[in-house]
Amino acid sequence: LFLVSFQQRIEIHKLRQGDNLILGFSIGGGIDQDPTQNPFSEDKTDKGIYVTRVTEGGPAEVAGLQIGDKIMQVNGWDMTMVTHDQARKRLTKRNEEVVRLLVTRQSLQKAVQQSMMS
Amino acid sequence: QDDNWGETTTVVTGTSEHSISHDDITRITKDMEDSAHLDCSRHLGVSLAGALALLAFLTPLAFMLLPQLLWREELEPCGTPCEGLFISVAFKLLILLLGSWALFFRRPKAFFPRVFVFRALLMVLVFLLVVSYWLFYGVRILDSRDRNYQGVVQYAVSLVDALLFVHYLAVVLLELRQLQPQFTLKAVRSADGASRFYNVGHLSIQRAAVWILENYYHDFPVYNPALLNLPKSVLSKKMSGFKVYSLGEENSTNNSTGQSRAVIAAAARRRDNSHNEYYYEEAEHERRVRKRRARLVVAVEEAFTHIKRLQEDDQKNPREIMDPREAAQAIFASMARAMQKYLRTTKQQPYHTMESILQHLEFCITHDMTPKVRGVMRYLTAGPTIQYHKDRWLAKQWTLVSEEPVTNGLKDGVVFVLKRQDFSLVVSTKKIPFFKLSEEFVDPKSHKFVMRLQSETSV
Repeated sequence: LFLVSFQQRIEIHKLRQGDNLILGFSIGGGIDQDPTQNPFSEDKTDKGIYVTRVTEGGPAEVAGLQIGDKIMQVNGWDMTMVTHDQARKRLTKRNEEVVRLLVTRQSLQKAVQQSMMS
Repeated sequence: QDDNWGETTTVVTGTSEHSISHDDITRITKDMEDSAHLDCSRHLGVSLAGALALLAFLTPLAFMLLPQLLWREELEPCGTPCEGLFISVAFKLLILLLGSWALFFRRPKAFFPRVFVFRALLMVLVFLLVVSYWLFYGVRILDSRDRNYQGVVQYAVSLVDALLFVHYLAVVLLELRQLQPQFTLKAVRSADGASRFYNVGHLSIQRAAVWILENYYHDFPVYNPALLNLPKSVLSKKMSGFKVYSLGEENSTNNSTGQSRAVIAAAARRRDNSHNEYYYEEAEHERRVRKRRARLVVAVEEAFTHIKRLQEDDQKNPREIMDPREAAQAIFASMARAMQKYLRTTKQQPYHTMESILQHLEFCITHDMTPKVRGVMRYLTAGPTIQYHKDRWLAKQWTLVSEEPVTNGLKDGVVFVLKRQDFSLVVSTKKIPFFKLSEEFVDPKSHKFVMRLQSETSV
């Protein structure tokens, strides 16, 4: 039994807007949230962080982040077992201009599975 | 093949109404013998206990009176302490008398097949106590003519105290020990499967049997043999079976089991529709019963609207005023037919004579019960046995069948059977499990709640 993870690395360069550095997407989820209301997860007990919205033309969209992605890591920090607020904090650190995300995506998984089967 | 079978077979015909068959005679004599035997030993036990009680009661009085009678002149005078002791003896004996009356002098509710162990134990104890007291009295006091009267009276008082403690022991053994429930008894009637569960404490098998019987009469619906049989139309189809002939085999004694197995297997393979018939028969019967019941309810309701209680200020001439009995008769006529039809359909008519119906109506009218409760409800369900007329349906003779001696205490897994002529009650015992209760403290301030969140934050 071996696990294959279908993951993609995305590098987002933050955009400065006034006093803030924005990434251009919204997150939902967290271990303190209700996982059954997550429309993007396949497993309704998954309490991970998901991308719920991507601003058009924002840094996230440019970098290739898509709506429904599950964020596994941010700059090496694990995001699968964090609270919502912790996730927000890890993404919005003031001294970081670039965030490197490790995401997984259902469409990605299905593509790989199909290619494995054919 | 015996062609003379017409002459050689004997046919047993049923007995006519005016003759008694041999079976009846043996049964009657057996009943008579049993009851005579029972009365004898029952009376023996009671009289023995009574004699012992009387002896125990009179002994302290004898202890105190004998010195006075025999050597009065030599006794030291004994003032206030003795009077105090006399009063205490009097009251203690009174209490003992009342306590014994409350505990022992009750109409026995059942006759037990074996001696009641605890009672026998207590009687032996009392006997030993009294005998030993008499022995000491005889040796120490009578022989030596003790002068210290106060000592004698104190001796008598100590006997009364000991008797009171024996009475306390009797209360604990006979009454208190059985109160805390320890076992669950399941009583199942063999004929129709009606079952009940009861909680009892530590009892011997025979006492548990009596307990079950006491509850049987008000918990179990009355045994109605007419309800048990499958309708005839269903059963008759099953009679035709297979016949197995062995061709040419003379030593076929070993094949009998093989033959019967073959018959059963063949019968099972054959398409059998009798379950279908049974189902439809049942459904039809159900429908009929409901229809008759509806008619009965309407008839009863209507009948009861014809009478009302006489109010104080109503002006009626005396000819029109009726007592409950007459009122019952008056309204009975209008519901008689519907009731009779209903009883016949539910096969309950042996249990209700017209007299009993009238009596019940009278009862209901006197106590102003609504029609739904009164006439109808009682006849709709087969009630517990005890509500039917005593002499007909209450049998007092039950047989206790048990693998263990009936004076043994109940244990987990004990099964005993209470037999009557046409059915039996199978009683099985289970120990009430040992409950392990653990405590969990909940701080009232710890009840806090939050909304279920699904926040979305933009970063």
